[in-house]
Amino acid sequence: MSAISRDDVAHLAELAHIAMSDAELDRMAGELDAIVDAIASVSEVAGDDVPATSHPIPLANVFREDVVGVTLTQEEALSGAPDQQDGRFKVPAILDED
Amino acid sequence: MTNIISLSAAELAEQLRAGSLTSVEAVNAHLARIAAVDDAEHGVHAFLHLNAEEALAVAAEVDAIRAAGGAEAEALHPLAGVPIAIKDLIVTKGQPTTAGSKMLEGWVSPYDATVIEKIRAAKLPMLGKTNLDEFAQGSSTEHSAFGNTRNPWDLSRIPGGSGGGSAAAVAAFEAPLALGTDTGGSIRQPGAVTGTVGAKPTYGAVSRYGAIAMASSLDQIGPVARTVLDSALLQELIGGHDPKDSTSLPEAVPALADAAREGAAGDLSGVRVGVIEELGGEGYEEGVKARFDESLELLKARGAEIVTVSCPNFKYALAAYYLIMPSEMSSNLAKFDGVRYGNRVLPEDGNVTIERVMGATRAAGFGDEVKRRIILGTYALSAGYYDAYYGSAQKVRTLIQRDFAAAFEQADVLISPTAPTVAFELGAKLDDPLAMYLNDIATIPANLAGVPGISIPGGLSEGLPVGIQFLAPAHEDARMYRVAAALEDSLVKQWGHPLLSEAQDLEQAVAAAKEGKN
Repeated sequence: MSAISRDDVAHLAELAHIAMSDAELDRMAGELDAIVDAIASVSEVAGDDVPATSHPIPLANVFREDVVGVTLTQEEALSGAPDQQDGRFKVPAILDED
Repeated sequence: MTNIISLSAAELAEQLRAGSLTSVEAVNAHLARIAAVDDAEHGVHAFLHLNAEEALAVAAEVDAIRAAGGAEAEALHPLAGVPIAIKDLIVTKGQPTTAGSKMLEGWVSPYDATVIEKIRAAKLPMLGKTNLDEFAQGSSTEHSAFGNTRNPWDLSRIPGGSGGGSAAAVAAFEAPLALGTDTGGSIRQPGAVTGTVGAKPTYGAVSRYGAIAMASSLDQIGPVARTVLDSALLQELIGGHDPKDSTSLPEAVPALADAAREGAAGDLSGVRVGVIEELGGEGYEEGVKARFDESLELLKARGAEIVTVSCPNFKYALAAYYLIMPSEMSSNLAKFDGVRYGNRVLPEDGNVTIERVMGATRAAGFGDEVKRRIILGTYALSAGYYDAYYGSAQKVRTLIQRDFAAAFEQADVLISPTAPTVAFELGAKLDDPLAMYLNDIATIPANLAGVPGISIPGGLSEGLPVGIQFLAPAHEDARMYRVAAALEDSLVKQWGHPLLSEAQDLEQAVAAAKEGKN
């Protein structure tokens, strides 16, 4: 049985904001199916009594003094922007107006 | 000139201090070597960007301070003036940082990583930025958007990955030192297949601020070098607490170089070295197993006690890793959206809305392997699958940590081959992601548990380097360096020279490749 269908990949690509051609979706579905098959075994290993580990060496409550540190200038922050105007990042239309 | 580039970082530093060599001479010698062997089409292609002008300026500054003498010369860092190469995943002011991706082609960071600030403060001339698999995702550098790096031992073979550029640069004598990053073996596996030394410090021992994040609970910056002592010296320089990294350990940097010197000079009486049963046997090449067994004999001869330990859950490490890593990286790479920095690509037709621009930007900017992993991570984190996949993988992580804890009850350090095979031919595993992933089978457990690991050259199999890996408990990097330096000393004494002196004449090989004879 296929773990990831082509439709699944199309949906995931949309969630991940990656435009994919039909050919790419077909190929990706096949590859991912094989990978998921190989790694699905983890779901059977640990029982409910095993706690999850999110971080190898957890540190709790890491705070710093509430003072202004070194920050980027506006010019530095915008230095890599693909587009900018009036000292701000400029983006294309946010709403799709047909 | 050949003489200068063959010096270790420690030897070079000593000569700079003694005044028998200047830093400008050292930088020029390495730049000349790079010019001779690093051709992008036929050569090693370890570097994506050269920083010659700045490197020479820093070198000249160090030389002037030394020439003037006095307090400022006294205060120079021991490695001042020793050139270094930087993996192009670590951000640097004044030099591009691409992460091996078209997404960041031409981008220059407005800030320095903490490790770069430390390198600047210590005045190590930075030679340039080294090649890597795109966003550090791969085991061969073949996933770099700017062409692969070649193994200095055999230009038709992979240099390992993701940090193949840093390892190859050091193996090719283009730099005595380099920085790498290790998420699942990206420092150690390239070290193994290029006959060099690479260490992944304890998670949090070196600040990750300014390393472009791949999987935040696994990523670690570490040293790449040709000797264990050089690796220890570099980790001492870049290590230590950093308030800018909330996962940075609060403890002081241990005396790693002293530990390496102690290991090289002394015996290993009373040290228990644990052979991990699960990291060997089937899937490991005969030549790799033979070199590994010989190393055990040398350790015994040096006084170490060899014990066998079992880590039964390591067999699930690869699967857990390929759920945790893509999950974290799919989140980390969400920021590459063509808005604040990086390249923006407009859709070829239809409305130009931000969503469609993101889709087109990420389609054009990311390579196949990155896309595969983003989709995989998005899948593992999606509703209905989170518990079965990401949640289960995190539980497996707990079991792997328990395996380590039990193993370290019986042994002071653990040992295994670093990689199951020697360097394979370029292209051999490019179309089979699962086969490629298996390269990291012995290195991944350390990342999942946060423990330190180091790979050192253990000899040759069919003319290609084999790596030996040591693992120590978290925070015990010094112990790892001590035992690794002891084995290195025994091996080099047995060979009568460092392993790299058995590598091919690289300048000749590159010249031949250029003429199409190779």
